[in-house]
Amino acid sequence: MKTKNTGKKKAAATNHNHAVHLLRSMIRIRRLEDKCAELYTTTKIRGFMHLYDGEEAIAVGVLEALTQDDAIVATYREHGHALIRGLSAGSILAEMYGKQEGCSRGRGGSMHLFDDKLRFYGGNAIVGGGLPIAVGLALADKMQQKKRVTCCFFGDGAVAEGEFHESMNLAALWKLPVLFVCENNLYAMGTALKYSQSNMDLAGKAASYDVASVAVDGMDVLAVEAAAQKATEVIRFKGEPFFLECQTYRFRAHSMYDAELYRTKAEVDEWKKRCPIATFTQRLKNEGLLSDADLEKIEGDVAQEINEAVAFAEACTWEPLEDLTRFVYSERRMS
Amino acid sequence: MTKMTMVQALNLALKQEMEKDDSVILLGEDVGRDGGVFRVTEGLMDQFGEQRVVDTPLAESAIVGMSIGMAAYGLKPVCEIQFSGFSYQNFHQIENHAARLRQRSQGRYPMSLVLRAPYGGGVRALEHHSESREAYWAHTPGLKMVIPSGPRNARALMVSAIRDPDPVIFYEAKALYRAFREEVPEEEETLPIGRPQLVREGKDLTMISYGAMLRPTLEAAEVLRERDGALAEVIDLLTISPLDEEILVKSVQKTGRAVIVHEAPRSFGPGAEIVARLMEKAFFFLQAPIERVAGFDIVIPLFAREKSYIPSVERIVAAAGRTLKN
Ligand SMILES: Cc1ncc(C[n+]2csc(CCOP(=O)(O)OP(=O)(O)O)c2C)c(N)n1
Ligand SMILES: [Mg+2]
Repeated sequence: MKTKNTGKKKAAATNHNHAVHLLRSMIRIRRLEDKCAELYTTTKIRGFMHLYDGEEAIAVGVLEALTQDDAIVATYREHGHALIRGLSAGSILAEMYGKQEGCSRGRGGSMHLFDDKLRFYGGNAIVGGGLPIAVGLALADKMQQKKRVTCCFFGDGAVAEGEFHESMNLAALWKLPVLFVCENNLYAMGTALKYSQSNMDLAGKAASYDVASVAVDGMDVLAVEAAAQKATEVIRFKGEPFFLECQTYRFRAHSMYDAELYRTKAEVDEWKKRCPIATFTQRLKNEGLLSDADLEKIEGDVAQEINEAVAFAEACTWEPLEDLTRFVYSERRMS
Repeated sequence: MTKMTMVQALNLALKQEMEKDDSVILLGEDVGRDGGVFRVTEGLMDQFGEQRVVDTPLAESAIVGMSIGMAAYGLKPVCEIQFSGFSYQNFHQIENHAARLRQRSQGRYPMSLVLRAPYGGGVRALEHHSESREAYWAHTPGLKMVIPSGPRNARALMVSAIRDPDPVIFYEAKALYRAFREEVPEEEETLPIGRPQLVREGKDLTMISYGAMLRPTLEAAEVLRERDGALAEVIDLLTISPLDEEILVKSVQKTGRAVIVHEAPRSFGPGAEIVARLMEKAFFFLQAPIERVAGFDIVIPLFAREKSYIPSVERIVAAAGRTLKN
């Protein structure tokens, strides 16, 4: 059931427009995260915040394979997924500011971005918590005979939780259309994968449940995209789950409070050489698919998008205190 | 004596108990190499090795389940759940097993275990990272629910919790971890579990609180003295369950008025049980309805609104003012 294509053969080159689109998407995420970090230091954003730098190729590559009709369940490291799904940078930043125009009314913040219209079933601050929810969404689709995919993102740490195993088994047993995307960045907070897994072959674990699985270089957006396309074809065609392990690395600290005692600077630097944005930029330039002018335009557009988003968030308002009791229960009137 | 933060005081308690008793074992996510999210277990893996300070994978249910197994075996596990809100993952292990194995085995199995978890507001993060749900545990017979209010009593209570023969849920207020320092003696100090402390004497009203809410309660008592000349007696619960009402009842029989302060949501919170006990034992002494100053019955809001959720000195003073008017 399990195949491997970790960086062995390079995915096929792509056309100019598509390449620029992928690069732009990754740069949008990176610049948004940079801005979040800055806003955190200036105390506009508080609490815990987890940035996605280094892992952009995964959200971008996987979301290419999804339609707007498919559902997404993400984790607390979900700014990038939300942005690429179509939530505006403004509504994301306003949310992190805690303002009521934010995508979760300013109540969720960084870890709980939601958008029902975009079928974005949220960030989830509980490690592993999203997996059975994704299985439930897929089960509902199956019951309603809807040919849709539910895509569930989670980290390597989640694989140690019981819910991971319960979800794998159920999705395989009942043949449910779930795309499990494991963002394996080798660490769960301060715990290296080798300290948490008896067998570090995560795709292999899924395979042991009879979930088709593949491990892919998560630093290569084309490889991720190609693997996700194949995976979603299998899911749509056979109505069975698929497990995609994306091998990646987070460039920044786990959250904004992390002294990073568990890894060396040399290790981080080594991985930074594989930066999905830098390597893809270089590759496109080598293949003549990207000019300096293209890159300048992307950076210019993205800078403008982010600046406007900050201005929007700044101008947004606080939910009136008396409204904080709303949505504890349904507002539908019961007779 | 050295001045210590609550983090340092808890670290001292763990370290000294581990030195004295080989059966004390720490386990949890990032407690070893990393020293814990809030650094309570810093340096302990270096000192005691990986056999006694165990870094576990992300598996709360198994962390607690294993602790129960180790406790039934006769060891004294002290497990850490990174935030009290992640303890719902292991709820069934505590509720179904830790709390009941003693009774199920008619007292034959030991069940000396401590579950440590940071609770309450103070880091300005969402939901599970800030909430205060001690009532869940207090509701379960067979558990002891302890919440210290400062470095010194945190240290003493932790020592008692580790030595206690029963499962102890030990909540550590994040807001207090580094908020202030207190003199903490190097030599051993314990505090009895199940005994509240009178921390300020008074005659006009009784204020009952615990954990991170003790300090605003004491501040409110001071405001009442300065502003109204009212002398509030303040009681620090320290142990939420089993609840020892004796000192509470005595105090209210003297003052005739009571205000209870906690960050936990108001409905069915610890305050409700305290009110019931006072109604049973001090009803004829009451001169005013008992007031509760608590969190609201909503999910704790994000950072910008956290302050309006958590009981403030102003809210406590206002509630006290209402009871004093009668
Ligand atoms: C049930 C639960 N336990 C613990 C935590 C605290 N925590 C937050 S993130 C994290 C590490 C998760 O690592 P991983 O799944 O690999 O995702 P990554 O952060 O690397 O993206 C931990 C332990 C939590 N949020 N939920
Ligand atoms: Mg990880």
